[in-house]
Amino acid sequence: MSRVLRLNPVACAGHGACAELLPEVISLDEWGYPLLAPGPVPAGLARRARRAVAACPALALAMESAADSAYSEKTQSQHRADPSAGPARLGT
Amino acid sequence: MTVTSPAGATPGLAARPPGPALPRLLPPGGRPGGLAGHLAALGPLPYRGGPGRLIADVAESGLTGRGGAAFPVARKLAAVAAGRRPVVVGNGAESEPLSGKDAALLRAAPHLVLDGLQLAAEAVGARRAILAVHPGGYAGGTLTGALAQRQAAGLDRVPVELAEATDGFLAGQETALISALNGGLGRPAFTPPRVSDRGVGGHPTLVQNVETLCHLALIARYGAAWFRSVGTGTEPGSMLATVWQADGRAAVTEAALGTLLSQLLDLRGPVQAVLVGGYHGAWLQAGQAAGLALSNASLRPAGAAAGAGVLAALPAGRCGLAETARVARYLALASSGQCGPCLNGLPRIAAGLAELAGTRPRPTVIHDLERWSGLTSGRGACHHPDGTVRFVRSALVTFAAETAAHAAGRCSAPGAAPFLLVPAEQTPAPGGRR
Amino acid sequence: MSADTALWYASRATGVVCLLLMTAVVLLGILVTRQGRLPGLPRFAVTGLHRNLSLLAVLFLVVHVVTAILDPFVTIGWVATVVPLASPYRPVWIGLGAVALDLMAALVLTSLARARIGRRAWRAVHWLAYALWPLSLAHSLGSSGDLRSGPLLWLSAACAAAVAAALAVRLLAAAQAVPPAGRAAAELARHEAAARRPVTLAPRGPVARQEDLLARRQSVLGGEEASPGRHALAASTGVAREAGR
Repeated sequence: MSRVLRLNPVACAGHGACAELLPEVISLDEWGYPLLAPGPVPAGLARRARRAVAACPALALAMESAADSAYSEKTQSQHRADPSAGPARLGT
Repeated sequence: MTVTSPAGATPGLAARPPGPALPRLLPPGGRPGGLAGHLAALGPLPYRGGPGRLIADVAESGLTGRGGAAFPVARKLAAVAAGRRPVVVGNGAESEPLSGKDAALLRAAPHLVLDGLQLAAEAVGARRAILAVHPGGYAGGTLTGALAQRQAAGLDRVPVELAEATDGFLAGQETALISALNGGLGRPAFTPPRVSDRGVGGHPTLVQNVETLCHLALIARYGAAWFRSVGTGTEPGSMLATVWQADGRAAVTEAALGTLLSQLLDLRGPVQAVLVGGYHGAWLQAGQAAGLALSNASLRPAGAAAGAGVLAALPAGRCGLAETARVARYLALASSGQCGPCLNGLPRIAAGLAELAGTRPRPTVIHDLERWSGLTSGRGACHHPDGTVRFVRSALVTFAAETAAHAAGRCSAPGAAPFLLVPAEQTPAPGGRR
Repeated sequence: MSADTALWYASRATGVVCLLLMTAVVLLGILVTRQGRLPGLPRFAVTGLHRNLSLLAVLFLVVHVVTAILDPFVTIGWVATVVPLASPYRPVWIGLGAVALDLMAALVLTSLARARIGRRAWRAVHWLAYALWPLSLAHSLGSSGDLRSGPLLWLSAACAAAVAAALAVRLLAAAQAVPPAGRAAAELARHEAAARRPVTLAPRGPVARQEDLLARRQSVLGGEEASPGRHALAASTGVAREAGR
């Protein structure tokens, strides 16, 4: 059963404990907020992922089954498909 | 042409009268005579006699939401109908500054909106209906008068509460609106739980744009085939568009999906660019826009979407970067400040755009803008950062020549008067008000 | 030392240790909300230590309570451990301890079940921690004379001072925190101010090439280096944060 990490960006205050405990999946942006690698948590990292979830002082991180996550993701993106293909490329 | 009703239709609707031709929602001259005139022009309010029966018709019609999300209405109805003690909300908050279609409907066709609200309530089995309007939207008493007429006639089966949305760009966002209706601060919320599972008062809530409710009210009368008689196969029906011409005139127009943009916007004059989809939409070059149609099938490959139907032509003699920078500033101030990436990204992007639109921007600004855009999009609880980034990125592409000129210290229209309507800065709203 | 006296000493000793641990837990809890770090330790250690020390405090609390009840020197009774004012011996002071124990149980149990009860409920209960510590201190001061004289008096004074200082920091941060509605405006003002280019001053003295001098002056007076590739603003502007607990 594959598990996926999901972040609640409203709850997240950028403590950064998660990125320390699970650096293979979570890194921090230049403002200290987590960037989650997409896709399921690798099987061997499940225990550490659970630790990261428990360690979050803001309870912003959750781990759920892939099916539930697809439901949540659909919720998040149900209102639009992002039509912009990619970053703007400009000549200097 | 007589439209036959689908199998299992309600008794009494064996042969439907033909539905109105375009324009369907806002015919010239309106449908005067108050409630009586409305019912005389369109026929009686066709209650189906129980929850769920309308949903099949709506599914067959292919109606999608007209609030910008284009979500299939039948699916939303079915999801909410499955819940206990649902609530229906008509979303007339219209917090997009360039959009005026919802205000036009509430002013000129309130009974059509209220019909749709009652039919939607019946379809999901709701006993409570709320109509949310822009702050100050009760002015003129049109809505309260219309409700009084319906109450006197005993037409409404579900009592309708009128509510004012908060001020601000995100007031009409689904979860923000629900928060305000629940007496909260009117800020977007992280989902799940979806509002269709937990919304007003914790009950499953259907939120539909008021234009969507109007289409619903007409589909209930004239059927799915009538609705599909205009538009395209994958995007049937018509939609309202708020069109801003290059000379500054603006009008709300109804058009079939698939109508060429050149038939809605006068692109013959000196138009340099077109904004499609409002402030969460995308800039397109005028020549590019001339070949596109008002449909997602046509617009998505070009990087835009129909959204809530806002089309604005930017005339020559304006600086597209300056316009974008002004709007980006407004969008940055509109952030609810709840999510780190949005709170950090949008102000930086706005300040960077202001620098880019000014004289002698640093050469690093564009790279910073792209980096911040990447870090901001898709990382909030709502789609405000995504929409803002889409808008900004499209500007950097569409106004690439202008950007290069600014980097060299020139501007094609220095000191030009602002064109796009951007609301004045206000102190933050205190929260939801009824 | 008889067994009875041993129980009495054990109760008092574990009580003092429990109070010390709870002091550390409160200080660490406030450090977490400030997103502070302990020197040399990773970020997760602050919250981890806060959690582990609180569980250790529970352990000491249990021993403290059990030994106090079993001790024949004073009559307290099991009921009085959770019900205030039910103790024949010093009902008020022991009662404060009972309230503190109830609060501690609520805090620890809700924290252990955090994921299940949800953020809002957990946070609401966790505010009680600010009531728990003063109650524990009052109970300690009143239940026995230990903390009212000698080195233990200094110790309890030090604990009180530390908690008061941490609380002051916490309250100051709360007072200075911008409410969410105003955060975007504050951030925008900050970045606009940082991005604003200074007005170029007129050069003095002989000038070889006007444009070169103007450009150099602007880059120096700007306060940031204009060399491409350096994101000079990253250092001067801070990072916008959520308000913590």
